[in-house]
Amino acid sequence: MTRRPSQFTKNKLPRWAIWAVLAGALILGAAFSALLGFSLVTMSLFAAIFFVVGGTAASGAVEGSRKAKDRLATYLIYGAFIVAVLPLLSVIWTVLERGLPGMTSDFLFRSMNGLTGAIDNQTVAEGTPVLGGAYHAILGTLQITLWATIISVPVGLLAAIYLVEYSTGGPLSRAITFFVDVMTGIPSIVAGLFAAALFGLIFGPGTRTGFVAAAALSVLMIPVVVRSTEEMLKIVPNELREASFALGVRKWRTITKVVIPTAISGIASGVTLAIARVIGETAPILVTAGFARGINLDVFGGWMSTLPTYIYYQIITPTSPTSTDPSIQRAWAAALVLIILVMMLNLAARLIARMFAPKTSR
Amino acid sequence: MSKRIDVKDLNVYYGKFLAVEDVNLTIEARSVTAFIGPSGCGKSTFLRTLNRMHEVIPGARVEGEVLLDGDDLYDDAVDPVHVRSQIGMVFQRPNPFPTMSIRDNVLAGVKLNSKRISKSDADALVEKSLRGANLWNEVKDRLARPGSGLSGGQQQRLCIARAIAVSPEVILMDEPCSALDPISTLAIEDLINELKNDYTVAIVTHNMQQAARVSDKTAFFNIAATGKPGKLIEYGNTADIFNMPKEKSTEDYVSGRFG
Repeated sequence: MTRRPSQFTKNKLPRWAIWAVLAGALILGAAFSALLGFSLVTMSLFAAIFFVVGGTAASGAVEGSRKAKDRLATYLIYGAFIVAVLPLLSVIWTVLERGLPGMTSDFLFRSMNGLTGAIDNQTVAEGTPVLGGAYHAILGTLQITLWATIISVPVGLLAAIYLVEYSTGGPLSRAITFFVDVMTGIPSIVAGLFAAALFGLIFGPGTRTGFVAAAALSVLMIPVVVRSTEEMLKIVPNELREASFALGVRKWRTITKVVIPTAISGIASGVTLAIARVIGETAPILVTAGFARGINLDVFGGWMSTLPTYIYYQIITPTSPTSTDPSIQRAWAAALVLIILVMMLNLAARLIARMFAPKTSR
Repeated sequence: MSKRIDVKDLNVYYGKFLAVEDVNLTIEARSVTAFIGPSGCGKSTFLRTLNRMHEVIPGARVEGEVLLDGDDLYDDAVDPVHVRSQIGMVFQRPNPFPTMSIRDNVLAGVKLNSKRISKSDADALVEKSLRGANLWNEVKDRLARPGSGLSGGQQQRLCIARAIAVSPEVILMDEPCSALDPISTLAIEDLINELKNDYTVAIVTHNMQQAARVSDKTAFFNIAATGKPGKLIEYGNTADIFNMPKEKSTEDYVSGRFG
């Protein structure tokens, strides 16, 4: 005796149907694209439109309008995802393609010191490898970002602790929250000008050092650190604070030994993301740290380069005005290094979050 | 160890709202006192005033006196942190510290205050506290594991072990079994019976059978209506409260006619 088909399975589009619609959409897309002069872009565009329309129509005919709407929304969201991811992939691809040829040990471990336009001209004329590198810019990026972190993390952390643990919603905490929100929206060049003006007032006009740049970056970092830390502290259950108080533990010890350790993974990844946010800043560095061709290990004296300003100057003012190819190659390689740095920071944030996360294994 | 608590003319406020009105009672040393009553009648609020946990909530304050063996807890010069180290508390939901191992959870009261303790003393304290909470045999092989990996009932006993590790005089329990299954509840009730040999225990419970099983004395709290302050209606020996209550509302509540 065969079982009769379940009453619940009727009006279901068979699985092959959607693949058939996809194949049809691809063929139709190719055909329409050929009418306009074939290209992959127009073909995918037409195919996508036909697929969304055809899939929704087929579903509407068999499964009814509710299912059809569900499919339409699903396809549109997939479409939105693809539109969002394509530029990212394209950027990564372009930077890899153009940056990899320039990634030599010479590039990574030498500065631009003593490299003149004549050397670039010779490189192009004789076809020898490109000389000169971004070692000084890599060091500058790391130093300035490190100092920006050293300034921002204590300020941001303590502000967040005040907001979550101590304030009772009074005028001070409302003012802090308001100004943090305002700071989030400050254009980075304004932060740079602020730091330049502040240090200009104290140490005389035209003071440009790595530390001034770090101060400018910390103006951008602090609101991010405050916000993320505040959110993390807020989700620490109040029961843990009460448990600690009930053991006769003082408030500040409760904060340092119970609340912060519980939230440390979120705080650490928030800080790392804040670093990733400022490491690529160009404008504030230009007005605060100037530009250097050689290695400068002193953040408190002398001009300094970072990777973004290095890229900027290599493109805008190539070392050799007549043969710009070596400069452009160096710029792309520096862009690749910068992207790798940011990705490593993001990975580090995930690792840190996992390392510090409260353990729940049995 | 273990001291008695005298409460005199106690009013508890949240801001301007009077939550509990005019409570007078005495909690005897080395006994179990149960607070029963309908939800919102202020019994948990009252319990929290006994170790000044009440004032952790912004705007909360207290009028009247709470005396621990004659010493006023609410004197101006009293440090609430010192009060809490003498009067421990176990909460409704088990709340072991998620970042700490079982061992560190037991030692939390010592370690969080950065008191120095030798390893052998610490080991002895961990074993004594866990044995005191009837948990030693279940966890002795995994003391380094996270406390949050235990079952709910074990976590609650871990919290009790944590509370008795700081050797308090009094232990307050705020519905310690309401999140637990019957078997874990039984384990906790057995434990409460043992704890009263050494400590003064006060327990808030919604479960009248539990109050009848574990307590020596019972206090019944009630509110006239929502928004009115909670009041202590009747206080006496548990057997009397359940078998021959003096007040009509107590009788209605314990016999299940209301609440």
